[in-house]
Formats: sequence, C-alpha cells, structure tokens
Amino acid sequence: MKTVKLLSAIPLALAAHSVHADMLDIEITNLTHAIHFTPLLISAHNNGMSLFKPGVMASSELRAMAEGGNIAPLSEMVAGFGASNSLNPAEGLLAPASSASIMRFDTGNNSYLSIVAMLLPTNDGFVGLNDWQIPDTAGSYTLYLNAYDAGTEANDEIVNGGGAPGTPGIPAIPGEETVSTASGVTSSEQNHTVHIHRGNVGDVDSEGGKSDLDSRVHRWLNPVAKVVVTVK
Amino acid sequence: MNTYRYLRITLLLATVAIVSACGHSSKSSGNIATYTVKLSNLSHNQPLSPLALLVHHRNFSAWQIGSEASEGLERLAEGGDNSMFLVETRGGPKPEGFSGTSVIGPGEHSEIDVVGLSNQQMRLTVASMLVNTNDAFAGGNALDVSTLEVDKTLHAYLSIYDAGTEANSELAGTIPGPADGGEGYNSERNDTNKIAMHPGVATTVGDHGDSVLDQSHRFDAPIALVEITRLN
Repeated sequence: MKTVKLLSAIPLALAAHSVHADMLDIEITNLTHAIHFTPLLISAHNNGMSLFKPGVMASSELRAMAEGGNIAPLSEMVAGFGASNSLNPAEGLLAPASSASIMRFDTGNNSYLSIVAMLLPTNDGFVGLNDWQIPDTAGSYTLYLNAYDAGTEANDEIVNGGGAPGTPGIPAIPGEETVSTASGVTSSEQNHTVHIHRGNVGDVDSEGGKSDLDSRVHRWLNPVAKVVVTVK
Repeated sequence: MNTYRYLRITLLLATVAIVSACGHSSKSSGNIATYTVKLSNLSHNQPLSPLALLVHHRNFSAWQIGSEASEGLERLAEGGDNSMFLVETRGGPKPEGFSGTSVIGPGEHSEIDVVGLSNQQMRLTVASMLVNTNDAFAGGNALDVSTLEVDKTLHAYLSIYDAGTEANSELAGTIPGPADGGEGYNSERNDTNKIAMHPGVATTVGDHGDSVLDQSHRFDAPIALVEITRLN
C-alpha cells in the first residue's frame, strides 16, 4: 500500500516542480531609525522545514544567527534539506532606512519563503519572515516584518563583543567603539521560545547606568522591515 | 493544474450562487464545521487570561475602536474573567462562546475546538487579557474563516487593545497578574472610556518609579499568534 502511494505521488511532485520553479525579485527595506541588520539570509524551502517558528524554541542554528549574526549554520542546515538560499545581499550590514535587492532569485522546487537577520544592537533580536507561501500568480506582494527575540539570551544590553552562542552581551553598536560601562539590564529571560521582542531599554547615561544602549536612539516599534516580492 | 483550479473556483461560485438564490433562508444554511484554534503567547512576561472565543455572524461586533467597552469586555480586560463577555449579545445576533481552561504563560500555547455553522457570514473573535497590565487585552476581531478549506490553517497575529475603562496607573493593588496580585475588575470607569490601541507600559525603566511593572513586562505588537485550522 505504501509503495502504491509513493508511486502515485511522483507525478504530483513533478507537477508541483514545474509550478513552483519561480523566479523572484526581492527588495528588503530596513524601516528602523537606528538599528542595523546583520547579513540577511533569504531562503526558499519546503513545507516541512522552517528557519524559525514563533512560540517554539530556537534551534542552535537560529541561535547563532540571532546572538551573533552568523547565518552559515542556518543556511547550511536548510540547504541540506533542499532549500535555495541567498546570502548577504546587502554585502554587509543593512543600515537603517536603506534597502537591499535580489534579482531573479531561483526558488527551485520550493514553495515557501523565509528571511532572517540579527538586529544590532540587541542581545538576540532578529527580523523575521517565517514560512510565507509563495503565490503562484505573478505580481508584486508587500510584506511587513516584526522584530523577534530568540529567547536564548538575557537582554543585558552590555556591549562587550559577545556574539558567540551562549556568550552574554551584544557584539557591537555599528559605527561606534563601545567600552562597556553598564551594570546590565537583566540576567534572566522569561520566555525561552521565539517571541516578539519587547524592545531595548537603554538609558541616557553614557558613562554608567544599566545599559550601554541609548534609550533615545536604539529603539524601534514593529514593523521593522518591508519586503516587496515580485513573482515573475 | 490551472484547469483544476479553474474548475474548483467555478464550482465554488456555483455554490455561492445557489446559496444566494435561496434568499432569506440562506441565513441559516451552511455546514457544521469544527475548527481548532491554537493561541501562542508571544510576549516576554505577560501571561494571557483564559482564551475567550466567539463564533458569530458578521453583523455582530464584540468591540470597536472609539466605542465604550461592554461590561463583559471590561471584566475581561481588567480582571481576565471572560464569563460575561462570552454570553453578551450587544444587540446583534447571539454568538456562540467558547472558553479556554487556563492562563497561557509566555512561550506557552492553548488549543480549543470550536463548532460553528460555516457560511459566508461566519466570523471568529478572540480575546484575552494581558494580566500584568491595568486593562490591556489581546484581540482578533471578526476573523474571516468563511473561505477556509478543510485541513487549511489561517494565521492571525493579534493586536493589543486598551479597554479604556481603567487608568493605566501601573500602581500596586491595581494589576491582577503575578507582577502585583492586585485588584481585577472594578466597575468604576476612570479612563477615556473608549477602546483604543494600547500605548504600551511605562514601567520602572520608563522613569515611572512607583510602577509595579519592570522592563520584563514591556511589549510590542503583535502579542500572540492564532492558528485556526478547519477540521471538517
């Protein structure tokens, strides 16, 4: 019985292949005032896998991306399952209020699109699109993305270069040379699953206080990114 | 593939035509459908009160921006008690009310099966208090599940509303959740008495020294993910 099912599934799979071999143009805009995106991972993948799921614990690969901006483990993991990836279209950090584009991104056999990048400066914040079903109909589709917290690191807001998974602290404030003077906002995390980021706390004391971040500058409200996907 | 899709759409249109041809009697027509509603709490430190779910006609509305909250909604938003909210008619067609059984902590989820007459007029409303606030509630108003097919899932991210019935003092004794253990419902209305989107919480890090809330209780929208799957 199982063999019969498998055999009958083959023509269907081939049909799906021809339908979903889409070419996409993708434009990603950082909508924030003063938060940078680390190198972006854009992934076209199938139904059975995800880069992340809201309300579910982060994988160690997602954690490496969210805590330190390292997209290599996550992209390799999904590529191993047949995902088609585009890495780092901004060729480095995507600055606030600027855009990066990918032209003619080949989704291969895949019918879902996901996007992630770490938010700097945060402890384990990231911008995310999860499991968006790529439409069959040609056209232009606009999506707005939220800021997530990976739930893997306490948001201490101490800028100490700590970007490796499990190392406390924030890797850097882009464009600044920060010598930490802060005592730390918190050492605990209440939600250990991927959730909506509650925002940076910051303070206005550049020579002390609880946070190395500036409460007037290093903040945001959702949505943090706009994505325009053009299905060819 | 396209031919099949075209056929399905034609069949669907034919069904709609038959239903509308029945005129007034179509109000009660439709199939009894079962849906599983799963809510995931995406906040950092805001437990959500037991879920309130209404299956209703599109002419019914549980709340509206700029309007006064009903007493049932006030009781839900100030104290997490959904019993009156679930049976209020508000002058419209009577909804069917369903309740979750327990508080949903950050990172946790809750599932309820609901049954309703599936037709073009069917809507689903979801509400739950953010218990570490004065009168904030997570809401999904009149979600349209009328075209949801069997085994398909609709994703909705919930906004955060302010019931407008209690001032957002954040003072000791006024918040029922674990941050305070204070009072829930109080019939006095000492705020704007208009439902609006929630402005967020000040907390002690926002220089509200007397607040019982701290940085962990802050939030940004969306507060929760709702996944509605049609079972039959």
